[in-house]
Amino acid sequence: MSVLKVENIHKSFDKTQVLKGIDFSLQKGEVLAIIGASGSGKTTLLRCLNFLETPQKGKIIVNDKVLFDADDKKLQSDEQIRKNRLHFGLVFQSFNLFPQYNVLKNIMLAEELLAKEQIKAVGEYNGCTDFKEAQEKIEQKAKDLLNKVGLSEKMDFYPYQLSGGQQQRVAIARALALNPHVLCFDEPTSALDPELTGEVLKVIKGLKSSDSTMVIVTHEIEFARDVADKVIFMADGVIVEEGTPQQVIENPQNERTQAFLSRFNQKF
Amino acid sequence: MSFWQISLKLLEGFGQNCFIFIVTLLASLPLGLVIAFGSMSKFKPLCWLTRAFVWVIRGTPLMLQLFVVFYVPGLVFGMPFQSRMSAALVAFIINYAAYFSEIYRGGINSIPKGQYEAGQVLGMTKSQIFFKVILFQVIKRIIPPIGNEIITLVKDTSLARAIAVPEILMMSYEFAAEGLIWPLFYTGAFFLIFSGGLTLLLGYVEKKLNYYRG
Repeated sequence: MSVLKVENIHKSFDKTQVLKGIDFSLQKGEVLAIIGASGSGKTTLLRCLNFLETPQKGKIIVNDKVLFDADDKKLQSDEQIRKNRLHFGLVFQSFNLFPQYNVLKNIMLAEELLAKEQIKAVGEYNGCTDFKEAQEKIEQKAKDLLNKVGLSEKMDFYPYQLSGGQQQRVAIARALALNPHVLCFDEPTSALDPELTGEVLKVIKGLKSSDSTMVIVTHEIEFARDVADKVIFMADGVIVEEGTPQQVIENPQNERTQAFLSRFNQKF
Repeated sequence: MSFWQISLKLLEGFGQNCFIFIVTLLASLPLGLVIAFGSMSKFKPLCWLTRAFVWVIRGTPLMLQLFVVFYVPGLVFGMPFQSRMSAALVAFIINYAAYFSEIYRGGINSIPKGQYEAGQVLGMTKSQIFFKVILFQVIKRIIPPIGNEIITLVKDTSLARAIAVPEILMMSYEFAAEGLIWPLFYTGAFFLIFSGGLTLLLGYVEKKLNYYRG
């Protein structure tokens, strides 16, 4: 059973067609790397998955449940979209931490709000009928996540007090807090100084396990080869080539993939 | 009349200024946010209507607005205001809400889109995003321009004299009419002390909000 299935996604802004029919699927625990030149539609695809953009055509299916169908307006209410988003997590290129909250609160905030809402609506959240009790659990989980990204000692810091790499690691912990089925990364190291990319990539690699499914848009070809189970090369809004890292990165069959990758190799 | 008697008389007048100041602030700060939402509305007629309203209010003298609010209900609808003070309050609240709305709008628009999107992908509702993520950042950014308006309001309260609210300048004029001119200049001290205190308070708030950056 595939965790994520994307069918025939089309997206255009005004007259510009950015995605021209994207199909792929992911098994549980798989890591997908999406590579391609700027403007090829990678980021737009990721934003569609997180419902920050609404495709004009296509379907998004998670665990065999149709979350989005461009032809079904009922699935596009604010309330539905909000629920859909909980299936996905997104780590932004520019971190987007909340500057007025400390690291711990950044991770806890969304789940706290959700818990408060659920307790009010249905009387319980995650087995807790009392908000204080739920909050303790949420806090413990946030601390565990911080430990996982190696930032336990920065719990009380504010985002401006952290380096870019540390901020991005907090953002990763924040995205994990609501246990998304699919965790997406939008060029997670593009805004970082070169010496800081390593720590972030290491954390992402550390997340790889049998039950965390990830979609990573990246320009780090080496990293993609290293961590991905599946690679997609995109150009001009279509998937040009897809397969294992060995197939796509080491033995690209398509001319455009070859041209793209050779430009990368010539970088130095 | 002794210096103390005159001081007390002027202080009585300044009480009116303070009353206008406080009521105007308490009402126009929240009302300004409502107007700001109107002028940012995706529903175009509402957006145009509020922007036209803001244009009229910001584009005409506050003194003229005081006259209009005070005289028009009586002249046109036969329902004059019960008191001059309430007419003054209505005019001040409307005028300041219009100015505050533009400050709010600017502040809200200055928050990066990524903050909204971060909230969205974490499954927050629109109102949770606004109240838990955006608003506080807006407040921090708009404290300096809001402070400016607040200081201006202190002094603008003396415009209420135009519709004969017995505020401090009107009081001092009564002395001047009797040939005593110095109380007129003395009123400046009241404004200076009041705005000085406010400046300190605003500085304190700004400092408090400096615990984070961004």
